[in-house]
Amino acid sequence: MSAQSFMPLLGRAGFIFLALLTVVGIGVPTLNLFTTPGSLLHVPDYVVTLGGKYLCYALLALSVDLVWGYCGILSLGHGAFFALGGYAMGMYMMRQIGARGVYGNAELPDFMVFLNWKTLPWYWHGFEYFPFAILLVVLAPGVLAFVFGWFAFRSRVTGVYLSIITQAMTYALLLAFFRNDMGFGGNNGLTDFKDILGFPVQAAGTRAALFLLSALALGTCFIAARVIVNSKFGKIIIGIRDAESRTRFLGYRVEHFKLFIFVISAIMAGVAGALYVPQVGIINPSEFAPSNSIEAVIWAAFGGRGTLWGAALGAIVINAVKSYLTGALPNAWLFVLGGLAIVVTIYMPKGLAGLFAGWKTFPTMPKQAIDLGEAAE
Amino acid sequence: MGAFRSIFTSLFMLIFVSVALAQDVGVLVDKLALGNFTERGAAISALVSSGSPSVVTVLQALEDGRLYARKSDHKVFIATPSGDIFKLADPLSNSDSGQAPKTDIEKIKVNNSLREMISNAMSSLTLFSKDAKVRKDAALAILKSGDASALPALEKAIAAENDTAVADIMRIAAAAATLKSDRPEEAKKTAIATLAQQTDRDTASLLTAYAASVSDPLRSQALAAAEKIEVALSTWTAVQNIWFGFSLASVLLLAAIGLAITFGVMGVINMAHGEMVMLGAYTTYVVEQLFQIYVPDASDYAIVAAIPSAFFISALIGMAIERSVIRFLYGRPLETLLATWGVSLILQQAVRSIFGPTNKSVTTPSWMSGSIDFSNGLSFTLNRIAILIFALAIFAALILLIRYTSLGLQMRSVTQNRPMANAMGIRSSRVDALTFGLGSGIAGLAGVALSQIDNVSPNLGQSYIIDSFLVVVFGGVGNLWGTLAGALTLGVANKFLEPFAGAVLAKIFILVAVILFIQKKPRGLFALKGRWVDA
Amino acid sequence: MTTETLLYLEDVSVSFDGFKALNNLNLDVGSNEMRAVIGPNGAGKTTMMDVITGKTRPDEGRVSFRDHALTSMDEVAIANIGIGRKFQKPTVFESHSVWDNLELAMTANRSTFASLYWKLTADQRDNIQSTLERINLVPSSQNLAGSLSHGQKQWLEIGMLLMQQPELLLVDEPVAGMTDAETEKTAALLRDIAKGSAVVVVEHDMDFIRALDVRVTVLHEGSVLAEGSLDSVQNNQRVIEVYLGR
Repeated sequence: MSAQSFMPLLGRAGFIFLALLTVVGIGVPTLNLFTTPGSLLHVPDYVVTLGGKYLCYALLALSVDLVWGYCGILSLGHGAFFALGGYAMGMYMMRQIGARGVYGNAELPDFMVFLNWKTLPWYWHGFEYFPFAILLVVLAPGVLAFVFGWFAFRSRVTGVYLSIITQAMTYALLLAFFRNDMGFGGNNGLTDFKDILGFPVQAAGTRAALFLLSALALGTCFIAARVIVNSKFGKIIIGIRDAESRTRFLGYRVEHFKLFIFVISAIMAGVAGALYVPQVGIINPSEFAPSNSIEAVIWAAFGGRGTLWGAALGAIVINAVKSYLTGALPNAWLFVLGGLAIVVTIYMPKGLAGLFAGWKTFPTMPKQAIDLGEAAE
Repeated sequence: MGAFRSIFTSLFMLIFVSVALAQDVGVLVDKLALGNFTERGAAISALVSSGSPSVVTVLQALEDGRLYARKSDHKVFIATPSGDIFKLADPLSNSDSGQAPKTDIEKIKVNNSLREMISNAMSSLTLFSKDAKVRKDAALAILKSGDASALPALEKAIAAENDTAVADIMRIAAAAATLKSDRPEEAKKTAIATLAQQTDRDTASLLTAYAASVSDPLRSQALAAAEKIEVALSTWTAVQNIWFGFSLASVLLLAAIGLAITFGVMGVINMAHGEMVMLGAYTTYVVEQLFQIYVPDASDYAIVAAIPSAFFISALIGMAIERSVIRFLYGRPLETLLATWGVSLILQQAVRSIFGPTNKSVTTPSWMSGSIDFSNGLSFTLNRIAILIFALAIFAALILLIRYTSLGLQMRSVTQNRPMANAMGIRSSRVDALTFGLGSGIAGLAGVALSQIDNVSPNLGQSYIIDSFLVVVFGGVGNLWGTLAGALTLGVANKFLEPFAGAVLAKIFILVAVILFIQKKPRGLFALKGRWVDA
Repeated sequence: MTTETLLYLEDVSVSFDGFKALNNLNLDVGSNEMRAVIGPNGAGKTTMMDVITGKTRPDEGRVSFRDHALTSMDEVAIANIGIGRKFQKPTVFESHSVWDNLELAMTANRSTFASLYWKLTADQRDNIQSTLERINLVPSSQNLAGSLSHGQKQWLEIGMLLMQQPELLLVDEPVAGMTDAETEKTAALLRDIAKGSAVVVVEHDMDFIRALDVRVTVLHEGSVLAEGSLDSVQNNQRVIEVYLGR
């Protein structure tokens, strides 16, 4: 497809975003692998890992924006989908450790040996195969989102009620995964990974490849999300966001549309989690913490909801600031994040994307879309 | 020495009739060094029979393996190692008896049956201690072992006992011992009847075990008694669970009731509500510190002073938040949620910066420590009772305030029809600030209570916020009675699930149940009909 | 004019917390009939529309549309068998263009997946274009609906109903807040629509109702007080009492 036919699909800013993403996605791994350390162009290893992490966060923020910015569903539980995708990938990598663990048990991960378990629980079977793990990366968050959404949207739980129960959902999962009996490593989670598809996770080449894959996943999901929101489907979910009952009286099954976009979004979050885990080397229950999910919402709000690229950019900018501040001024970080949450909601409802719109004419959302409360009838 | 003398005399006269009595206790002690385990057992019996109070020391040393015999003359000493040599002490008088190299002395060994014999013997000996607690422990030890040989001592002790509580325990111990003795059937029947009055699991298993070892009619009588105890036990367990449930419910109610005002009445999702609770707890801590510095004598009443302080501090900060953040976001509940989450982070970090990240502990005043105990094992701790009363008092005060004061009237009118209330001259922005202050102040009061049972840390609020939201939503937003019902239901349900599922799983079940419940009744138990609930 | 009954309400009652919003309401509307419903505030006009469109379930009574029992269907199913509704407060998709609003309302496969692969055909384009002309919004076709004036939003909403091609239109106060000229245009538009489908109009504006020149039903306290031509109901003693107070 030519650039001309891409433009209306992506929008001007989306096109720039995708171009930048391509440059970074290819440039960073290249400059890391094929330049010598110390040279002016060299990208150090830690930047690759850190950057890869940001790209995963960007994908998570994009998935939040897809349901929140376009369909008005404020999910405070998207961290759960991210973590489930991460756990699926983590389980694959645990199985790859094999006999190289501390206890040298070829069949059982270390934590199971430690708990004196004799056999592998049934739900761990199959994770030795990469395609199976990938299937679960998609299925675990997808099925949870489907079941949860099916109940919630059918009974028309909306607005803050939905937000509260999504938060309760991730909180319940947090508690569940903390239990050793669950068989997911309890408190410590899954860690000490050795390799993925035979490549050592610590190797520079693997890191670079994971960075590239993260960029690719972000780009692909961005295009997919743009295709969805530009279709009639996209117009319908925006209609649901602005006037849910009007959509219903026009004969659209609102719950089906919400469910579809919620599941797609959950899967994207799951993919982000799956790419995140091999790069940070650990997945533990704290990923389910409700505050993680809210933080992802703040990324999307800061970047500019309802733009997709803004959410991704917001995640990258905030996390870069977080990395810097937690090192330089550890006490300041929560003040900054908290202040950001307040300032963005009160003074920058359109986020960074809205600021850009100030000096470039840009399709913006009308005020109605920002209110998010269902239009009264 | 008088007491020793009297114990000595009573033992001497009533418990044993033995030739050993005539002998010098010292000679009896030396007999421990000789012969095999059987003979050593006989020597122990003889010692016990002597009734000398110093026998307890000797037996204790024997049990601990500190009793040694000198190879040269078979005299017995308590030996304490000091390098390669041992310091020797007379076992009866504890006076210094010189020292000996390790090779000159030999430890007096005991086997398991001797060890059991010693501990039983010591229980009977301590039955006559001057200290009521020691006597009680001795009786409990006999109750646990059911040692029939202690029976005569026990019966004597019961006769001499003037502390009724201790006498009761002794009677039960005697009943338990009777079952294992060779006393006649009638005595055993009486013993079973005595034991049947108990309500604890140990007695029940003791009776069941006994039933297995005898034949009817004792067997059926013991089984019936065990059954009776089990029934009583399950009743008491239920009562205990209900109490724990009420206690949890009172905590949930405290945490949620302020939210029921801000969320329920104003429709504002305040994610910083938990931090208002946390601020209340820190206020309690600070007030207590101030009391300890300036009026240490009155520090038991610091908590009373903390109640108004916590209310006003949380209320003031709440009003500041309302005026500076929330008022710009009315009608945008999802954005309010995000902004107040930001506020919660700032408050947490501010408190962490001021007080440090570590837990602070608030001491429970003496009038709130302790518990009301029942003989059947039920126990109600005073601080939990105080919190329950406190929660109900706040609830009642709030109901009255909303019903009968002008602020309550204004709150209700603004809730029902804001433009109309404005038209009637009610300054709705002032009512908003006051309502939010009230909700936050109540959260501060919750903090005072929670400081008594939980660690005071910057994260205190986080552990309650999700529960609080669920209580309010479950009970029905905008309805204080619904909040009460929600807190009670969730609290009691949680505590009834815990014995079967464990604390964490119980909590997960409750979360899932509430999520499912909200699907069924999105407006909660007691839905309020009104325009704003559609927000 | 055919007199076959299209919509039929029989002994319908609805109460909210003890307040009877509808009290044994009986009403029938023939196919291709236009009916005006008037009544003082709280007479149950909007509740009646809620019951017909499935927003509110009646406590008692039957509601049927052709051979469908509406009481057992939800809003979406009712919309899809051909009942369109215009709200009292104009409700359009404010962040969509006028064109997109009409496109979303157009009769088509409403399923989730169909909407992902949806493409406009030339016929459908013409259909939207002609509706734009009927509702006088051709120049604003690419403007956001949120930027329209109040009256234009009312027309857009009526236009959306036209795209739905319903057999029955329920129109709640279509001329509230309109100028006289706009009101006249709206009356003409509704009369035009009534040629192809049944229309129930709830309105306070008596001039507008006179302009419609249709059979009028007067509701009071949840039931029908009078029915007939506008002149006959205006001379009905009970109607005068209800409107003027006794």
